[in-house]
Amino acid sequence: MISTQKTETVSIVLDGDEVEVPVGMNLVDAAALFQKEIPHYCYHPQLSVAGNCRMCLIEMGTPMRDRGTGEAILNEDGSPKIGWVPKPVIGCATTVSPGMHVKTISDKVKDCREGIMEFLLVNHPLDCPICDQAGECRLQEFATDYGRGYSRYTERKNVKPKRTRLGPRVTLDDERCILCSRCIRFTQEVAKDDVLGFVDRGSYSTLTCFPGKELENNYSLNTVDICPVGALTSTDFRFKMRVWFLKESPSICTESSAGCNILVSSREGEIYRITPRRNDDVNDSWMTDSGRSLFKKVRAEDRLAVPSIKQEKSSFDQSIQTAAESLKDKKVAIVGSCHATLEELYLLNRLSKATKSKKYLRGHFGQDDGILLSADRTPNLRGALASGFANTYPRDNLSKLNSDLKKGVIDAVLVLNEDLLSSGVEAESLLGISIVYLGTHANDTTNLAEVIIPTLTSFEKKGTFINRSFFAQGFEQSIPGLPGLLPDVHILSKLLDELDNENKVTSDFSLIWKNLSSPPKSPFKGMSFSDSLGGSLKIDETKWKDLPFVESNALHYKK
Amino acid sequence: MAKTVVLDRKPLSFSERTYLPQIANGLKTTFSNMFKPKVTLQYPEEKPKIPQNYRGVPTLVKDPNGREKCVSCQLCEFVCPPKAIRITPGGVPEGEDDREHVEKAPEEFEINMLRCIYCGYCQEVCPEEAIFLQDEYSSSGYSREEMINNKAKLYELGGTLPDQHYKWDKKKKAEGQGNSH
Amino acid sequence: MFDYELIQLILIKVIFAFLMVGAIMTMAGYSVLAERKVSAWMQGRVGPNRTVLPFVGHIPVVGSLLKGLGIFQPLADGLKFLFKEEIVPGHVNKFYYYLAPIVALVPALTTMTVLPFGEFVNAEGVTIPLILADLDIGILFVLAVSSLGVYGIVLAGWSSNSKYPFLGGIRSSAQMISYELAMGLSLLPVFLWVSEPGSTVSSLSLVEIVRSQQGSTWLLIIQPISALIFLIALFAETNRLPFDMPESETDLVGGFHTEYGSFKFGIFFVAEYAHIVIGSAIFTLLFLGGWNFLPWLDNPWGADWMGALIGTGWFIIKTISLIFFFIWVRWTLPRFRYDQVMDLGWTKLLPLALANLIFYIFVVTWLDQSNLNLP
Repeated sequence: MISTQKTETVSIVLDGDEVEVPVGMNLVDAAALFQKEIPHYCYHPQLSVAGNCRMCLIEMGTPMRDRGTGEAILNEDGSPKIGWVPKPVIGCATTVSPGMHVKTISDKVKDCREGIMEFLLVNHPLDCPICDQAGECRLQEFATDYGRGYSRYTERKNVKPKRTRLGPRVTLDDERCILCSRCIRFTQEVAKDDVLGFVDRGSYSTLTCFPGKELENNYSLNTVDICPVGALTSTDFRFKMRVWFLKESPSICTESSAGCNILVSSREGEIYRITPRRNDDVNDSWMTDSGRSLFKKVRAEDRLAVPSIKQEKSSFDQSIQTAAESLKDKKVAIVGSCHATLEELYLLNRLSKATKSKKYLRGHFGQDDGILLSADRTPNLRGALASGFANTYPRDNLSKLNSDLKKGVIDAVLVLNEDLLSSGVEAESLLGISIVYLGTHANDTTNLAEVIIPTLTSFEKKGTFINRSFFAQGFEQSIPGLPGLLPDVHILSKLLDELDNENKVTSDFSLIWKNLSSPPKSPFKGMSFSDSLGGSLKIDETKWKDLPFVESNALHYKK
Repeated sequence: MAKTVVLDRKPLSFSERTYLPQIANGLKTTFSNMFKPKVTLQYPEEKPKIPQNYRGVPTLVKDPNGREKCVSCQLCEFVCPPKAIRITPGGVPEGEDDREHVEKAPEEFEINMLRCIYCGYCQEVCPEEAIFLQDEYSSSGYSREEMINNKAKLYELGGTLPDQHYKWDKKKKAEGQGNSH
Repeated sequence: MFDYELIQLILIKVIFAFLMVGAIMTMAGYSVLAERKVSAWMQGRVGPNRTVLPFVGHIPVVGSLLKGLGIFQPLADGLKFLFKEEIVPGHVNKFYYYLAPIVALVPALTTMTVLPFGEFVNAEGVTIPLILADLDIGILFVLAVSSLGVYGIVLAGWSSNSKYPFLGGIRSSAQMISYELAMGLSLLPVFLWVSEPGSTVSSLSLVEIVRSQQGSTWLLIIQPISALIFLIALFAETNRLPFDMPESETDLVGGFHTEYGSFKFGIFFVAEYAHIVIGSAIFTLLFLGGWNFLPWLDNPWGADWMGALIGTGWFIIKTISLIFFFIWVRWTLPRFRYDQVMDLGWTKLLPLALANLIFYIFVVTWLDQSNLNLP
């Protein structure tokens, strides 16, 4: 819901009811505020208005005024006389004005919609059985809701190119295109990579890439999402699963500190695709293409599936026991991860207090694209700070750990999902050091680890990430974890139980959040996990404002 | 209000009260039945005549040109009340001239006959007229796995049925003609 | 020091006993087949027509005929019972549970010792009946022993420790008591008639009863009411429909043998049919002239061993016809309700049997008087 408290409002009459709507809003959005649907194809709230689909035609009128005096002309019963615009207007390009009268349902509007639907369907192929959009297709929905129900068209349909490759990740079927131009406007306005356009005229208009260009930018799959029909389809998701089988669960993207809100579409515990979830504070309706393929790691070959001790299969109880023994009364180093959730990092911090260990944290950095792929390629660097695990900005290697190892001040390492060997730690400095590895995938470090306890990916667990704008964003489990695996917080709290006789912290999220928010200067004052699930929760960032954050200005982010 | 009329029963005669004549009558009936023609069908050797609209084992059919009709739209999987159908969708490989334009075809198509209730919804919902409940009614196996009909088995059971539409052939023809503008 | 004659006699009796047991059991087995076949025919079906021995089925014409008639079915049925898993429910009283089928079968086989099959005149001119033991009290022995069969059913019902068998057992004992009376009473006029004064032999021997029908008419014609009561009581005693109270599979789920399976059930099954075979044989002996030809007709065959063989065959044919009648009735009539069974037994058959007895007492007395020319 868009808040109407602070903005100025105007009063309009929507289907006979007088309602207050924010100034400057168009009629499609205004009607949506009051649960009235004005069907539309080309209009998208986060793109410019094109007004070319004509689906949102409605009747509009304003109170009549006398031309000479400017007095309102009244009906015989004293009510203001309404001057209805003789032709219907498009709702998406009409801004509300005081006293405006709108009819979203009338015989004329119904007629318009039926006519538009008939025109749109004239050349539309009967592809629904083989079309990936079926089930989430605006054309199907509106044809059912507002269409005539039968076709009067008996002539030959237009033939246009099918299964065209627009780019490495997008396939185009021109016959299905209804020429709404959403994709063109997206590439121009959001992705800033102007490669799409229409050629030819009238019903022969065809969407195509500019000569010698491809739709290959990292945001190309957003065109698939906003395409109201099945013209643009994801090559990766093509023919994988019909959308009505997919369970959509909200989650948070782990690609970078942008923290895109996403929907995870899964069937029977297997993820088929990831799509952006609208959040006007974070990612609008967009996300990167690269972030959409992260789910493939869940069922990757190198996924750790069973706990092991000295590379031998073991049970969870046994491996946690052994891990605790190899950490107990040793000079311990704990390597945290910016990929871990806030709650995990909090428990890891408790663990470091219990073992009086040194703490290390590595950052992962890359190029900032100024939109939704930030330079910080971890989802929760700020969570590591806010949880108290780290106080300084991490560097992109662990050379400090390497030198400490060489000095011999460490004889056991607890690693949370971070490859030591690719982080500047030399293999020979790890000789004789017992490594306890908690992580999701195998790497060079797991080969050296004494105890390996497999953990869950972010799709398989719940937790909180804090993004670049210091929004705490909670997420729930989307799919069940690999059989037998435990959430990271369980493993960490069990380790805590083993290592700290007076431990009172459990894996209970409400308890962790109570502890997080209880210190007097806590940035989480008065917050709980369910608050962070409810939406982006801004936390107090003043404590860290001097740290050298690597992100540059981007969508919804100002340095 | 309905009126109840109590009818007086005719009092039984003495011979009726002994039941013996009635029993004799009954015996006569059963005895005469012994010489009437038998109605039994000697099942495995003789098969009953299956009516046209019989709902037997669901099968996949090919069109008269031997091409796969199913495009794995998964509507049958969706509509199947006992969730007996499981489809792995896939694309038609490039280069199959007579089928490439259909784009989509099932990679695997499984019907679990231990789950199937022979309701015929799959046949009803199929937009491509690719799945039919035909006259096969006897399916048996030694294991649960055997009772899951895979794609090969379904096509073997289904065979070919006459096609009224040749929808995809028409489509291809239109593609060949192109737009005369 | 051996008494060779005695040993010879015992040997002959033993062989004869084995033959009898074999014959009765075979007949019981084939009665099961007949039951299935006849019921099938009456219901427009074919009945068992699949079982065949190896090679036999390949004999042209005969093989397929035997197969079609299901001749080998009893063999398969018996083997099936034998090879089924032996299951004993945990809640039964084991000893009596195992005892019950034996108690059910033994009386059926014991009664056959007094069943004559025929008779022949040997070289010395002595008439020798084909019988294991020609007891003077033949029919009394039959009644006494065959009513022991109910103990098998009662035991089965009780030891199963389960409600349906229990009800079956109770019904069975009640029914047995009710119809035993009518049965016994219906036989008295027969013996009154047979043991007329002046006749040289006067006994309850079954052989004598058959001899009394030789050359004269069958007792069925002389004493139809006795025959009817005896027949009805026989149905009740053998637990046949419409009197199969202990079993009544529709309301008691199989009654007394609900908890029985495999060979133990098979024994009950055979015992039931053995009872039918023996009951039919006794009815034939009592009312249908035994091995005698037809009413008022002399046997067309001689009195030598050939004649005896033909007579035995004739007797068996009569018995089989009666078994057919049993089956025929079963597939015609529905089961009585339990209270109807009791009502019929006590208020209809018993008074009728008494009246019948009194009537024949008068008739026989009158006949005797006229025969003896008493003042």
